Amino acid sequence: MAFESLTDKLQRVFRNLRSKGRLTEEDVRAALREVKMALLEADVNFKVVKQFIKAVEERAIGQDVMNGLNPGQMVIKIVNEEMIALMGSETTEITMQPGKAVTVIMMAGLQGAGKTTAVAKIAGKLKTKGKKSLLAACDIYRPAAIEQLQINGRKQEVDVFEMGTDHKPVEIARSAIAHAEKNGHNVVILDTAGRLHIDEDMMAELQEIKAGVAVHQTLLVVDAMTGQDAVNVAKEFDEKVGIDGVVLSKMDGDTRGGAALSIKAVTGKPILYVSMGEKLSDLEQFYPDRMANRILGMGDVLSLIEKAQENIDIDEEKSREMAGRMKKGKFDFEDYLESLKQMRNMGGLSSILGMLPGMGIKSADIDSEASDRQLRQSEAIVLSMTKAERRNPKLLNPQRKYRIAKGAGVDVAVVNRFVKQFEQSQKVMKQLGGGGKHGRGMFGGFPGRKGGFPF
Amino acid sequence: MSEEKQEEKKEKKGFFARLKQGLTKTRDNIVRGIDSVFSGFSSIDDDFYEELEEILIMGDIGVNATGDILERLKREVKEKHVKEPSGCKQLLIESIREQMQVDTAAYDFEQEKSVIMVIGVNGVGKTTSVGKLAGRLKESGRKVLIAAADTFRAAAGDQLAEWARRAEVPMVGGSEGADPASVVYDAVTAAKARGVDVLLIDTAGRLHNKKNLMEELRKMNRIIDREFPDAHRENLIVLDGTTGQNALVQAREFGEVAELTGIILTKMDGTAKGGIAVAIQSELNIPVKYIGVGEGIEDLQRFDADEFVNALFDVSGEEDGDD
Ligand SMILES: Nc1nc2c(ncn2[C@@H]2O[C@H](COP(=O)(O)OP(=O)(O)O)[C@@H](O)[C@H]2O)c(=O)[nH]1
Ligand SMILES: [Mg+2]
Repeated sequence: MAFESLTDKLQRVFRNLRSKGRLTEEDVRAALREVKMALLEADVNFKVVKQFIKAVEERAIGQDVMNGLNPGQMVIKIVNEEMIALMGSETTEITMQPGKAVTVIMMAGLQGAGKTTAVAKIAGKLKTKGKKSLLAACDIYRPAAIEQLQINGRKQEVDVFEMGTDHKPVEIARSAIAHAEKNGHNVVILDTAGRLHIDEDMMAELQEIKAGVAVHQTLLVVDAMTGQDAVNVAKEFDEKVGIDGVVLSKMDGDTRGGAALSIKAVTGKPILYVSMGEKLSDLEQFYPDRMANRILGMGDVLSLIEKAQENIDIDEEKSREMAGRMKKGKFDFEDYLESLKQMRNMGGLSSILGMLPGMGIKSADIDSEASDRQLRQSEAIVLSMTKAERRNPKLLNPQRKYRIAKGAGVDVAVVNRFVKQFEQSQKVMKQLGGGGKHGRGMFGGFPGRKGGFPF
Repeated sequence: MSEEKQEEKKEKKGFFARLKQGLTKTRDNIVRGIDSVFSGFSSIDDDFYEELEEILIMGDIGVNATGDILERLKREVKEKHVKEPSGCKQLLIESIREQMQVDTAAYDFEQEKSVIMVIGVNGVGKTTSVGKLAGRLKESGRKVLIAAADTFRAAAGDQLAEWARRAEVPMVGGSEGADPASVVYDAVTAAKARGVDVLLIDTAGRLHNKKNLMEELRKMNRIIDREFPDAHRENLIVLDGTTGQNALVQAREFGEVAELTGIILTKMDGTAKGGIAVAIQSELNIPVKYIGVGEGIEDLQRFDADEFVNALFDVSGEEDGDD
């Protein structure tokens, strides 16, 4: 594909984590260093990343990262939670003036951020809520900026106010508001020229507008593809002009949009809308969890974690029992069946392998169907055993194995291989279990495709 | 020292002064960063490299390109037995400079019969760059025609028409909703008929992940190749210097539908760190041919690796001390 996604990246990271088995503090640090790099690749500002990683690290190391889910999932869970927390809680709306008072919204941003388009989109959105907007053409610099606004206004069937290019933007704004009050508009949206945050004169122009007329909401429009500089831009606009919210544009591209995280982190101002397309209707509410998801790129994994958590809650009791027996090397075929059941609750091996970052397996590069088939075969073998045999694998003599093979519809060699692998796994579990404080849940007992477990 | 610098600045004025001016903040940031690293460390160790890595990444150079640069740096430090952080700085500067060199043949098209298509995502500065480039070529005596093949964005034609007026060059096309491929066809026909030297084609902004828009671009590119096979062809992608790592993806994806011959890196008058240019050179090997340093017609400069890196690290007046 076009770029190595964060998902791929994190999958690689967590594959490494898994292969080490139990996590040490250094492991967490090493992993988070990779996460850090991945976030940087998503254009999250370096300083924000640093701060963020620190928060995750503190939580991850302090907490029982190794309990519950597998360690990799646990870390992702924390990363995700911290990201959502950083990005702000729930969606916010543009605050409107009460009653009939005209709400004045000023758009600001760098050149080419997408302000003019956003102006029209917001007007269209407000229109569906019964608000009548007036768009004021305050970009007197860029060639054909006024025409662009007029055409967009016409498309949205929203009125546009302009005074050509010979008046100061503050005058245009003042006249536009007077015009709105006279003509029954509820909202005036000021479309200002794009400007550099370090251009003192141009920044002063925005200050002048704010000083000259009552601006109720100043919205900063930021290109979602912005790199490390996003923090400088947002900070300068916020400090010099003062912003109330952010509109993230060009989100229909394939950028991870790490800038969103940066901007929120440095300004603390809510992201109100994301602009998702060229059509004037493509303006969406901002959802922090979705954005975190996008920056992390791990939607599937997160839903798996959710499922796993439910599953673990339900089966915690059994897991604990099982774990106790595992430790003593007494994990038997009954436990095995239970594990299979738990796994099936989560959508089968193929879907789990596909979703697991730790496995790092794309559905393309494993024959997951074959694995599922093998799993079913193993299950058939166990189901062909008597209860006593399941509880006490030592009972399995050649005769019994022959009977089981017939019952499961497989060759006796398959049964032999399966039982042998099972015994080996028991030994491994006994060794692992000796050092573990808690049960590791079914994921803990899932050493991977090539592991000793007889899948 | 500072007097020397002043003099040097004066000398170079008119060429990269503007860029340098625009880059002041960038340079200050990076230099301050670099200097603090070099002064804060007495030896070249892991912490030192880690700090360097951070600074390069902060400049949008990107994780991969930064990794490459540092790997090369480490190798050289070893080979050349460099012990001092300051010597390491010289190596770093040299390494980036080397990487950023542009072949002089890159500008041959300015003197030949050529067709240049200017492409990129929305709002990066395509139309402005076409206007600036038209002004520049016209100035040097070339016969220029510009084509308004952005028939999508509201008032795009009006915007380009204003640039045509400023550059004092004729323009064809520009009605909203027209088929851009047919605008291209007409423009090529007009260019041939009028004996134009350079045909500059402004195109609509398109995100590289929009399949049909990219196919439209492929078609436009093919039409030019087919209708004007003798012309020197250039496809210049315009990248916003503020853009992060996605610019690499843009360059890669646009290159898939229309072979790229160069980059115009715009908005370098902001605090955008020119780092992305390094990343692009390093990963895609597409030369940056021009830099946009403002909104005026004269605010387009040829990209010059030496000046660029000098401006980036501000080594003027320091070099003599070494070697
Ligand atoms: N500061 C600055 N602004 C630029 C530069 N190049 C273009 N712009 C501005 O960026 C905005 C978008 O430019 P435009 O040419 O319309 O972009 P297009 O959509 O790619 O054609 C306009 O406001 C331009 O004035 C540059 O080098 N520096
Ligand atoms: Mg344009």
